[in-house]
Amino acid sequence: MRIELTKRPQHSVLFSVLSPFIALALTMIAGGLLFAALGKNPFDALYFYFIDPLRETWSLHELAIKAAPLILIAVGLAVCFTSNNWNIGAEGQFIMGAVVGSIPPVLFPDIQIFLVLPIMMALGMAGGAAYGAIPALLKVRFNTNEILSSLMLVYVAQLFLDWLVRGPWRNPEGFNFPETRQFHDYAVLPEIISSSGRAHWGFVFALVAALVVWFMMSKTLKGYEVRVLGQSPRAGRFAGFSSSKMVFFAFLVSGGLAGLAGISEVSGAIGQLRPVISPGYGFTAIIVAFLGRLNPLGIVAAGLILALSYLGGEAAQISLGLSDKAARVFQGMLLFFVLATDTLIHYRIKLVMRSRASGGA
Amino acid sequence: MGMLEAILLTVATAATPLLIAAIGELVVERSGVLNLGVEGMMIMGAVAGFGMAYVSGSPWIGLICAIIAGALFSLLFAFLVLTLVTNQVATGLALTLLGLGVSGMIGEAFIGLPGLKLQAISIPLLSDIPLIGKLIFGQDPVFYISIALTFAVMWFLFKTRAGLTLRAVGDSHGSAHALGISVLAVRYMAVMFGGACAGLAGGFLSLVYTPQWVENMTAGRGWIALALVVFASWRPWRVLAGAYLFGAITIAQLHIQAISLGDLDFLPAPIFWLASLVKAIPSQFLSSLPYLATIVVLVLISRNRRLTMMNTPASLGKPFVPSR
Amino acid sequence: MKKILTTLTASVAFAAMVAGAAEAKTKACFIYVGPIGDFGWSYQHDQGRLDVEKEFGDAVETAYLESVPEGADSERALERFARSGCNIIFTTSFGYMDATNKVAGKFKDVKFEHATGYKRDHENVATYSSKFYQGRYVQGQIAAKLSQTGVAGYIASFPIPEVVRGINAFILGAQSINPDFKLKVVWANTWFDPGREADAAKALIDQGVDIVTQHTDSTAPMQVAAERNVKAFGQASDMINFGKETQLTAIIDDWGPYYVERVKAVIDGNWAQHDVWHGMAEGNVVMAPYTNMPDDVAALAAETEKKITSGELEPFTGPIMKQDGSEWLKDGETADLGTLLGMNFYVKGVDDQLPQ
Repeated sequence: MRIELTKRPQHSVLFSVLSPFIALALTMIAGGLLFAALGKNPFDALYFYFIDPLRETWSLHELAIKAAPLILIAVGLAVCFTSNNWNIGAEGQFIMGAVVGSIPPVLFPDIQIFLVLPIMMALGMAGGAAYGAIPALLKVRFNTNEILSSLMLVYVAQLFLDWLVRGPWRNPEGFNFPETRQFHDYAVLPEIISSSGRAHWGFVFALVAALVVWFMMSKTLKGYEVRVLGQSPRAGRFAGFSSSKMVFFAFLVSGGLAGLAGISEVSGAIGQLRPVISPGYGFTAIIVAFLGRLNPLGIVAAGLILALSYLGGEAAQISLGLSDKAARVFQGMLLFFVLATDTLIHYRIKLVMRSRASGGA
Repeated sequence: MGMLEAILLTVATAATPLLIAAIGELVVERSGVLNLGVEGMMIMGAVAGFGMAYVSGSPWIGLICAIIAGALFSLLFAFLVLTLVTNQVATGLALTLLGLGVSGMIGEAFIGLPGLKLQAISIPLLSDIPLIGKLIFGQDPVFYISIALTFAVMWFLFKTRAGLTLRAVGDSHGSAHALGISVLAVRYMAVMFGGACAGLAGGFLSLVYTPQWVENMTAGRGWIALALVVFASWRPWRVLAGAYLFGAITIAQLHIQAISLGDLDFLPAPIFWLASLVKAIPSQFLSSLPYLATIVVLVLISRNRRLTMMNTPASLGKPFVPSR
Repeated sequence: MKKILTTLTASVAFAAMVAGAAEAKTKACFIYVGPIGDFGWSYQHDQGRLDVEKEFGDAVETAYLESVPEGADSERALERFARSGCNIIFTTSFGYMDATNKVAGKFKDVKFEHATGYKRDHENVATYSSKFYQGRYVQGQIAAKLSQTGVAGYIASFPIPEVVRGINAFILGAQSINPDFKLKVVWANTWFDPGREADAAKALIDQGVDIVTQHTDSTAPMQVAAERNVKAFGQASDMINFGKETQLTAIIDDWGPYYVERVKAVIDGNWAQHDVWHGMAEGNVVMAPYTNMPDDVAALAAETEKKITSGELEPFTGPIMKQDGSEWLKDGETADLGTLLGMNFYVKGVDDQLPQ
């Protein structure tokens, strides 16, 4: 028996709508089996995963905090991936955005005016974009594979941040512990509705970015250019588009958004720089981008779902004693099922019972 | 045992898991598939190797199970990206996530247990040769496997018909298919070979390098292996060189820290001055050297388009659906 | 009259107890920075949690979250704990300091205990730390007695005050036996990476060190020492299983007594804020059995341990010179807590430059 795929002439609208639900159902079943195997009541476990974190307002705020960086980065990556530029170094751009954006409160702590925050955000975007421009430049100028150059730069950024907070930027009053001084009030991204929870403006940035990029991709010529060059650089060239410029465009957009995510996270959620500021947002965002099928609006949903799985994992750990390993396995399964069922959109799947038909192609 | 000899041995141990995992990934990428799940397959190998060695009492059984575990785990990736044509980057990342989680769950029972160590092979007399004796004739078995594997892959890729087929599939799956080659079958085998190698590398970690099980014990070595493949521009002997270079930099950094300038005052002044300068560099900068070096090498090899075209599998990362 | 009063008090207390039991059990919650499977820092804290369960049985419920990243995630995890009915929350990593204080400000009824930090912004935050350096001093003495080469190796994680204290205490202990003793330090820049720690141990041994001590969490250095036939000290937990012929002793972090004490305080309703540094005297720093050494050395080590426990000996007592030869403590002077808390210099005899 083997599986045969046939490309659909047009992508299936039915499965575009259905496949996320099929994936979710499959994950529930597989997850339920996993939890049962671990000796937990599967229904309880699923409840804590998917419902419990949504019951209270504060928890919704936390969901927004966790989802904000994922969405911001993933939206930028969608532009990159759609144009066939494989930036997997968003983690590094996130860090550099945070570092550059933190210059005002760390190096000039005495300047406390309202302008500080916008300057920080702008610097953050600039820092991320500049760091993203490196693999772009190497790709255009030297034809260097961007997957690897951008990945290598992640490690360099991590070590650079580590050096900064242990060395020159270390808090002079911090007993030598590796962290910068706390940001002053003018450098902290405010909370949206501080009476009900601590979600900060980073989430608003994420939604705005998703809307803007969605508009650009679906309604403007630039979006058309991105898609054409992504599908076929040759066709793009005939249409008069430049793939070199596109490489820069894609990396600057995604680097800038990753940088904005970085400075928002540091300014809104952490309040200082420390040796590690991201639990892998830049990598998780790649998954979010694909879960959202590279559509900015889908990415918003995907970012929220993935954030939910983190929060749910914690809830299950506290209430049922399910270890965080189970949470990670659960996330992995969700991704696998989503990726697998997405195949249904573009292909018909047929099970062929007899051995291979003669002739092949 | 002299100090230099000891250092060389340490470098070899640090380089071996990188070499094995990278050689496996090289074959995968040569067939046109990019598997970013090396870290996940490696940690599965580590936990399976440790566990089965513990249960059976034989590190050899453990090592074999590590290989099998890596290969089986890669099959999951292969099914998704080859049969269901999912995106390779995303699937590879998901594989790593899953591997870290599953290994942590399986390994909960093994925490705090001393592991079994695969004993070194020591050829009498030959291993007593100064400086290189132990390095060449007194190492653990996996070291020999890693070297043999490198040469075997070199021979396979460039001297056999099957190797030619594999490279053809990686360079142009369309043409290979037209020639009647079963692209998917070749890629399935390549991916599983890569998984087996990653599993072996993981087994080396939990059975030779540090015979114990702890969560996340691969600590990013799978990612370094991925970088090495590109660093080597998809050439086995360069993977070998790269792995040892990387190992040497890692070890040298520790030695630079441990050595005291007081012990070096016999050196001529300029060299002494240089040594004190190196010692003053923050360790983070030394740690980032291998990554920067990889980028530089990438640039150097890729600026020459002809050279790149010769080595880079042209179909790398592109999906392939056979029927049409 | 007195008798009636006593009876009354007793019955009130009894009623309160019944009411308490009917209301809710006391809930103690723990948040760990690493996996409990690290067999080091987080593992030992979790052992402390299990001690709490053992001590109070059904009267106390515990919960934990492992591998919680420092930063935004820890704040959420703490808030979730506070809202899920935890009465006391132990935050077991330095990086949770600001999150602990922020959340404590919002949940005044919940007690927070932050390990190794120094901020207590609210009444309901206590801090606790451990004088691991006491154990390092004992180790230093043993090393100086046993070392043939007169050089020991120290695998360090990050140049934070706790680690610097450990290095200094070790060399002071060693110098009390052999004034010319040397200590080589390698910064692994990780708390936990078995491979890298093993490499660091090998590098030290290759450079002539015959006693290895580690300030990182995995058991890999112990295994390397066993393989290379040198002696080593365990860290955080008893690592004797990883080096039966190798481990001299280990500094065991035993958080159990402290956790039991603090949970009991919550149950009894007399919990109060404090900042404590517990050590050998309180059973927080425990030395694993002295093994693989001659009896006289073991006796010496036990003697020193006793003196430190009784308070007769304080490792940081002058005269002590800084690494550059300048005077730090005069004869008989002991270090003040503030200096120890932020220690950022070496004492004389350490063969390393402290990363700045």
